[in-house]
Amino acid sequence: MALEVDIVDTEGTVWSGPADRVIAPAGGGEMGILAGHVPVLSVLKPGDVRVLEPQSKDSLRWHVTGGFFSVDSDQVTIVVDEATPALAAAR
Amino acid sequence: MAGAQRVYRQRIRSTRSLSKMFRAQELIAASRIGKARDRMMHATPYSRAITRAVSAVATHSNVTHHYLTERSDTNRVAVLLIASDRGMAGAYSATVIRETERLIGRLGDAGKEVDLYVSGRRAVAYYQFRHRALAGQWQGVSDAPTVEVANEIADQMLAAFDPPAHEGGVAEVHIVYTHFVNMVTQRPQIVRMLPLEIVEGVAEHDDDSQPLPLYEFEPSSDAVLDELLPRYVRSRIFACMLQAAASELASRQRAMHTATENAEDLIRTYTRLANQARQGEITQEISEIVSGADALAAS
Repeated sequence: MALEVDIVDTEGTVWSGPADRVIAPAGGGEMGILAGHVPVLSVLKPGDVRVLEPQSKDSLRWHVTGGFFSVDSDQVTIVVDEATPALAAAR
Repeated sequence: MAGAQRVYRQRIRSTRSLSKMFRAQELIAASRIGKARDRMMHATPYSRAITRAVSAVATHSNVTHHYLTERSDTNRVAVLLIASDRGMAGAYSATVIRETERLIGRLGDAGKEVDLYVSGRRAVAYYQFRHRALAGQWQGVSDAPTVEVANEIADQMLAAFDPPAHEGGVAEVHIVYTHFVNMVTQRPQIVRMLPLEIVEGVAEHDDDSQPLPLYEFEPSSDAVLDELLPRYVRSRIFACMLQAAASELASRQRAMHTATENAEDLIRTYTRLANQARQGEITQEISEIVSGADALAAS
């Protein structure tokens, strides 16, 4: 079972798709999200959001300036003010 | 007689060049409206996510926030009017200005002082001509609003709402804009932006009517709300501006279409008149020749 991730900013959807794991800079520090995570609504601090796609060694990475994200029944919605793709990092 | 013909020809020529301009304006508006509607669509996921989050916080915790509570410490209110920068859009700006005037009148009757914020050159000109003070004005982006300008407007609205009464804070923020229903219908609409009143109702707008899950808030519900609400206001104002832009383009397209048709009607009328004048001239010439010939024959 995988997560369904949507990353949206004011002008549209930045990225959308399935993922194994999402790591986001939450209000209380970095937070890793796996399938089956408890529903969370959190502030997003400036930092990097990483998305690990299924069957992929690399993670997608965006630098975000702020926003918030919500997790509920494996649906991850990341709402950002601005997302700039950062270089893909090895796992 | 030849003068009449020339005058008609002249009118036909100028009407024709006008009709070309109207046609061009119509086509420009038509091509931009698709883009404006696309942008409206693209902004939807963001605002939906925010709306959902706001209602989640509001329904699952008993937090209060000063954006959510009614203020009674001041009778100043702010009104934001979103109109167009350019004319040639039929009654678009006039309608939304009239709606604003009505709202101001109503607020005035309720004993409130109105601070007016205006976006769009047409509306700014309207108020400047009448020597009415504007608390803020923005120009130049009415048909393609950018996030930056929307944020600037939203931040100024929030800044007006934030301070206490003795520092000039306002108790309410209203927005008047034109809602884009479809290509033929655009309706001026008044929404009260602050204090936010929609929070309980927003969940119903969601497509899926499942109950919202019990969220954990990170780091705390207050902190989340602090981050969320300004974004919510920004996204709402941006959405209003996008709606207004689409409405403006739609009214412009319609107005220009009507103008083109009117011009064609005029051209048709003038062509007939010109033909008549030419025919009259020919008839006169013939009768002159014939009567001349008759006179010669008679002598």
